[in-house]
Amino acid sequence: MLISFTERGFYCAQGDFYIDPWKPVPRAVITHAHADHSYRGHGHYLAHHISGPVMRLRLGADISLETLEYGEKRYINGVELSLHPAGHIPGSAQVRVAYKDEVWVISGDYKTEDDGLCTPFEPVRCTHFVTESTFGLPLFRWRPQEEIFSEMLQWIGGLAAEGRNAFIHAYSLGKAQRLIRALHRHGVPILVHGSVRNTNKALLEAGLDIPNPPTVSAQQHIAPGTVIIAPASASESNWTKRFEPFGEGAASGWMALRGTRRWMNAERGFALSDHADWDGLRAAVLATGATNVFVTHGYAALFSRFLTEVHGLNAQVVRTSFTGESADMREEETS
Amino acid sequence: MKQFAALIAALDQTTSTTKKKEALMRYFREAPEADRIWTIALFTHRRPRRSVNTTLLRAWAGELAGIPLWMVEECWHIAGDMSECLAALLPPGDGQCTLSLAECMDEIGSWKSLEPETVREAVVNIWMGMSRHERFVFNKLITGGFRVGVSQQLLVQSLAKLLELEDAVVALRLSGNWRPQTTSWRELLLDERRDDARLYPFYLAYPLEQDLAQLGQPEDWYAEWKWDGIRGQLVSRGGQVHLWSRGEELISAQFPELTQHEALAGLNAVVDGEILAWSEDKPMPFQVLQSRLGRKQVSASTMKKAPVVMLAYDLLEWEGEDIRHKPHHERRALLEDLLRSADLPMLKLSPLVSFESWQELKTLHTQSREQMAEGFMLKQRNATYQTGRRKGSWWKWKTDPYTVDAVMIYAQRGHGRRAGLYTDFTFAVYDAQRNLVPFTKAYSGLSDDEFSAINRWIKDHTIERFGPVCSVEAQLVFEIAFEGIGESKRHKSGVAVRFPRMVRWRRDKTVQEINTLDDLRKMIGAS
Repeated sequence: MLISFTERGFYCAQGDFYIDPWKPVPRAVITHAHADHSYRGHGHYLAHHISGPVMRLRLGADISLETLEYGEKRYINGVELSLHPAGHIPGSAQVRVAYKDEVWVISGDYKTEDDGLCTPFEPVRCTHFVTESTFGLPLFRWRPQEEIFSEMLQWIGGLAAEGRNAFIHAYSLGKAQRLIRALHRHGVPILVHGSVRNTNKALLEAGLDIPNPPTVSAQQHIAPGTVIIAPASASESNWTKRFEPFGEGAASGWMALRGTRRWMNAERGFALSDHADWDGLRAAVLATGATNVFVTHGYAALFSRFLTEVHGLNAQVVRTSFTGESADMREEETS
Repeated sequence: MKQFAALIAALDQTTSTTKKKEALMRYFREAPEADRIWTIALFTHRRPRRSVNTTLLRAWAGELAGIPLWMVEECWHIAGDMSECLAALLPPGDGQCTLSLAECMDEIGSWKSLEPETVREAVVNIWMGMSRHERFVFNKLITGGFRVGVSQQLLVQSLAKLLELEDAVVALRLSGNWRPQTTSWRELLLDERRDDARLYPFYLAYPLEQDLAQLGQPEDWYAEWKWDGIRGQLVSRGGQVHLWSRGEELISAQFPELTQHEALAGLNAVVDGEILAWSEDKPMPFQVLQSRLGRKQVSASTMKKAPVVMLAYDLLEWEGEDIRHKPHHERRALLEDLLRSADLPMLKLSPLVSFESWQELKTLHTQSREQMAEGFMLKQRNATYQTGRRKGSWWKWKTDPYTVDAVMIYAQRGHGRRAGLYTDFTFAVYDAQRNLVPFTKAYSGLSDDEFSAINRWIKDHTIERFGPVCSVEAQLVFEIAFEGIGESKRHKSGVAVRFPRMVRWRRDKTVQEINTLDDLRKMIGAS
């Protein structure tokens, strides 16, 4: 096989490079800048150009990094390598690796809904497809994001009427920008946590056109109805005090389940995910035309059994160190 | 249904009791009468029996959604709630269903006598006319597993405020046997005639957390043994006897010796007490009483093997008069007189434990297990009999639980609140050959941070996976607490523990230091 599954990650022996390795390697191709896909300590990185500044922010300015555009091709010892939009977060890519008659697509994390922020997901024909399965159960079917945002705006309006602010937990890379973009369009006043602000700065530097709300300053008066966007880990610190009184909401695919809404203790949960839902995953797998499907992080065993029995594919589970969207949102920045 | 479903959503979306109360009052002002009655019935656990086989429900939902049954079952396990799971799996509905709550309940009630195919048609029809949230609520109604975040107290307070009545009056009127199908709002809440069978809401104690000295003077308090049986209320009125459980279920039929005796019918009083299996003038273990629970009928041989008595500790009504407002010592005196003159072998007085100082009481507390008790109940001599769980006048002071150190060997993905995380753990101790033997599961007692850390650890130390369960390397040691231990033929370890929970993650201990099966067996001897 062109790609093998090693204890360091997916390895292409012919081109001598790894994809999203979790242990140090000489050459790594990175699908996206989230921490469980983009680890420290590799000799050389190759990623999409929008991922570049965020990776430098997170991994150090001095990493050896080369970037590509979607669709741009590289040839490494006869192996054709290219990146294709994954729609997960800005800069996220599916990695296509082709050699002789094998075409592999390692999709990293992806979602099929166009969120207006990232370049939308594009199916890529292949013979071997590696897919995530974070929400790979028919329990998970996302509603259109506009519906979720309109509920969110309604909730924020209700809080404002009570003289309260809205504190929304979201990952600082991806989810935060998605929320900012949607709320900004409705003129909602937004403040962000420092980690969101830094990420925004890096994305602006990469050329992404996004609103850039401020962080809070010490003496600032905060008008009721302000939205504060911060990673869930920030909600456990004193930093939140100055925003009181506020209602807490969380934006995560796990919020689709009543049980996890309670576990995360959020007053309001909004089922908004940067991962594909059940229909999205199935559609994505089928659109590749691949007969060999490798299912990674999530409900891998169940999803691959379904692909095998119902769709007649040759699907199997592959163990990785990826975590997807964690049901424990305090495990920040792993998605 | 839309109105009722909206109420459930409003209750679900807030943790504030004020907002819950507002939502309830709004609903009770606006909803049609029959719906209001059904809502009260559902919130006070008077739901009708399950009328549809849930296996069939899963099959129907799977067919509609085009998903194999095994996948439906897995989803159910992961969502942790069948109603929610099925609501999520079904294809989108058109929201055109206009049935009211009461109409839904009537419809559901009619299914019992119908063929499954007919029921299927009715269920599918309703499903496809509902939104996802309405389906969730509807599924709760048909599976009979209805629970919402509304305490009895909250319901009572909301109705009392709405009707400008006292909480206690409303609580009393809601209690007992009434059927939503045949009861009107007026009969239930506004009628002052009291049904003879009606019970008083139980007064429940909180666990004692403070130091005894903070309770004040010892002479202001009664101490009674805290019996390990089930709480009961014996209502003798108008020549009839009814026995109620703490869950306000009528359990007369399970305990004929406490209800079918002429002298009991003559008591004309309401007694609060503990039902215990009893032999040779002392309580038998809880497991013996268990053979009497949850039955419709009880056989003569079971009655012989597990004879019961009630140990009475309070008197709530005497000669037709509600005496809950009288101080405890007065009620106690009346109770003692009543039992003395009645002289019934099955209705005994729960004795007071006399003590001069808190120190002495502490010493006595250490003898709880020998007394077959779980500790003490402390009750203020001057306290009235209150409603529901309240702090102040009654405290339960339980014996310290048993504890052992054990190692985690399996982890299971939680469901419901904890879907997606490993939260249900199986623990093992060593047997004589130093093999690890699982002896209990536990899933509560740790902080969210500890659960997070353990989940990260599990990911790297999984040996094997089977469905939602994985076996892990035997390394993490936990202190497991439990309330009781007995022999068990059903468990591989030969022991069964009651109310197990994790009290501490012993990061300071290694697996070599955990307890043994022999340690557990010795505890059986001591209990």
